Amino acid sequence: MQIIRSMIILGLGLALSMLSTHAFASTTPADAAKATEKVVEAKSDGMKAKKVKDSTADHSKFKELQKDFKTGPEVTRACLECHTEAAKQVHSTKHWTWEYLNPVTKQKLGKKNVINNFCTSVESNQTFCSACHVGYGWKDDNFNFAAEENVDCVVCHDTTGKYKKIPGLSGHPNYKSMEWPPHSGKFRPATDLKEVALNVGKTSRKTCGSCHFYGGGGNAVKHGDLDSSLDNPKRYLDVHMDADGLNFTCGKCHLSDSHEVSGSRYAPTASDSEGALIRGSKGDRNPSTCQACHSDTPHKETSSPKLNEHTDKLACQTCHIPAFARGPLETKMTWDWSTAGKLDENGKRIRIKGSTGRDLYDSKKGNFTYERYVIPEYVWFNGTVKFTLFGEKVEDRSLVKINDFQGDAKDPDARIWPVKVFRGKQPYDLGNETLGVFHTAGKDDSAFWGNYDWDKSMAFGMKAMGVEYSGKMEFVNTEMSWPITHMVAPKEDALECHQCHKEDGRLAAIKDIYMPGRNNTPILDKLGFLVALLTLIGVLVHGGIRIIMSKRG
Amino acid sequence: MAERIYIFKRFERFWHWSQAALIMFLMLTGFEVHGTYNFFGYEAAVDFHTTAAWTLVGLWVFAVFWHLTTGEWKQYIPTMEKVDAMLKFYLTGIFTDAPHPFKQTTVSKHNPLQRLAYLFVLVIINPLIWTTGWFYLFYSSWNDWGVGWLSLEWVAFFHVAAAFMMLIFLIAHVYLATAGHTATSHIKAMLTGWEDVD
Repeated sequence: MQIIRSMIILGLGLALSMLSTHAFASTTPADAAKATEKVVEAKSDGMKAKKVKDSTADHSKFKELQKDFKTGPEVTRACLECHTEAAKQVHSTKHWTWEYLNPVTKQKLGKKNVINNFCTSVESNQTFCSACHVGYGWKDDNFNFAAEENVDCVVCHDTTGKYKKIPGLSGHPNYKSMEWPPHSGKFRPATDLKEVALNVGKTSRKTCGSCHFYGGGGNAVKHGDLDSSLDNPKRYLDVHMDADGLNFTCGKCHLSDSHEVSGSRYAPTASDSEGALIRGSKGDRNPSTCQACHSDTPHKETSSPKLNEHTDKLACQTCHIPAFARGPLETKMTWDWSTAGKLDENGKRIRIKGSTGRDLYDSKKGNFTYERYVIPEYVWFNGTVKFTLFGEKVEDRSLVKINDFQGDAKDPDARIWPVKVFRGKQPYDLGNETLGVFHTAGKDDSAFWGNYDWDKSMAFGMKAMGVEYSGKMEFVNTEMSWPITHMVAPKEDALECHQCHKEDGRLAAIKDIYMPGRNNTPILDKLGFLVALLTLIGVLVHGGIRIIMSKRG
Repeated sequence: MAERIYIFKRFERFWHWSQAALIMFLMLTGFEVHGTYNFFGYEAAVDFHTTAAWTLVGLWVFAVFWHLTTGEWKQYIPTMEKVDAMLKFYLTGIFTDAPHPFKQTTVSKHNPLQRLAYLFVLVIINPLIWTTGWFYLFYSSWNDWGVGWLSLEWVAFFHVAAAFMMLIFLIAHVYLATAGHTATSHIKAMLTGWEDVD
């Protein structure tokens, strides 16, 4: 009888606890995916007989493309015969302008304006940097940004994998056979532009990755969460891009409109507390966020309600990307330019490689360190990033923040984000009181990679920025933060509660919030346990006396 | 010959022991959530703590109803009468086998010190631990409730402070359970309902 009663009571308690759990129901993408699968099955049943291309146009049948193109711009002109507005669209994007005006900070950003702590700056180095510009011919400030044929269509729309823009050719691929990489003894055949043109198609992980995986001067160098291991990833590396599973392209999340690709690291969307985006949704929400598909209450009803209650403080990425560079490739973590320029006894360039084949030292660039499976640092971030731009005087030169993520615990738009903090040491012009712009690559006498002379290189670079080099420079320590948002792990690899909710856990650097399991009031704990201990001693002594007395009695 | 009286009814005994188990389990999981040690693992500790807390709420709904409908709530009306005699008994008499100064009856089950202690649990520790516990649990809703100005640090402080008070109460309570007319008479009564009285 008692057992039945206890069941009823405990049942009631449990029922009440369920009430609290089930107030946060939501539709998950998994549910939506199931629904889609059914549609696809039904569709494929009807089409089993014949495999149909998903595009309505087979470019290999276009007579406009049946030409022996000599240059990239010739290909573009052919594209524009049908896609009349495409170049105009590209002209208005960051991929083309390399400029971005941050509407909040009013800072003029973009690759053209920002100084980073990798190769540092584009200015005076365009012939090399423009290998990742969606254009042809940007070698100096005289580049014609209005010319439609200067747009490079195929760098994004190639499907052959044979098209490659070579650093030093101002955004062109090689039209003649050439040695690549330099001094490797290997030769790249001339680019077959006709083959490339006949096989254009949608963008892919490979085309986006041809630049975004190689930022900072090499594979996996810059972002930490983007490298060539995403060309064909397994599920553990990226649950969405999993080549045998969902097989997302970049564009699946980074939806484009008129060639404007969504998503930005100059003005990232740090938080989105609305539901999933559905067709017809009003407003201009960023479609490339996690929340755009998953909503901000993505965890199932069967999981702890505490999970969904964390979305007002944590970015999804904080738990779901437990580390970056989770693939086989190491990412660069530090770059010290101050040691660059040392030459061997014959006056030749020195290159020292580590056990994993990565450069540890290169006379051209200085010292590096690389790491794999890196635990991110964590910061509050409300989406506003302040940069230290050219010409900005730095008050505290002991550590220059190239960019600074804004936000704190009190900011309702801020979330705790994982970041890769890249640490560098780079030139600072003491006379002009600004981060230095120096000339690295080129066939002239001033390029650092030719004659290893900082003063000449700085004089050239600063002049290109319209400033006279003061002649006095020093190397300053710099930090640049990169939001970690790719290489999303499968849910079973997500962080567990105790990885943050403990002393010296993952969020040790986030000090402006109280976290159970991490924080306490030491005086209360000491006092509480002391009184409890004294009580225990008291009753033991009292009981001991009783036992002794009763034995005597 | 010892007299036996029926002191604790069936529901009361069930309530007492299930509450005791829940409170000890809440302490075990609660101090893990607090970061004092690792036992279940943080996530499990939080889940267990929450479920146990809601179960205790369910139990209390019945207990409050029972106390009100049976009039048993009157057992906790405080009195200072014989408090000094009780203190004197615990400090000296108990060692010399002196007679217990309090005679239990069904309308007065608890000695005056018990009454005071249980009242303290009822009006100080419980309200403090329950209120702070609920705020703790619904931390994410504070802004919706218009209490966004509350500080989690202080809510946690009072929750933990109340937990310590409960821990100290528990230690004393368990010991004093052996301080009846015989060492086991109280415990027997809480199990069977029947207490031996002089």
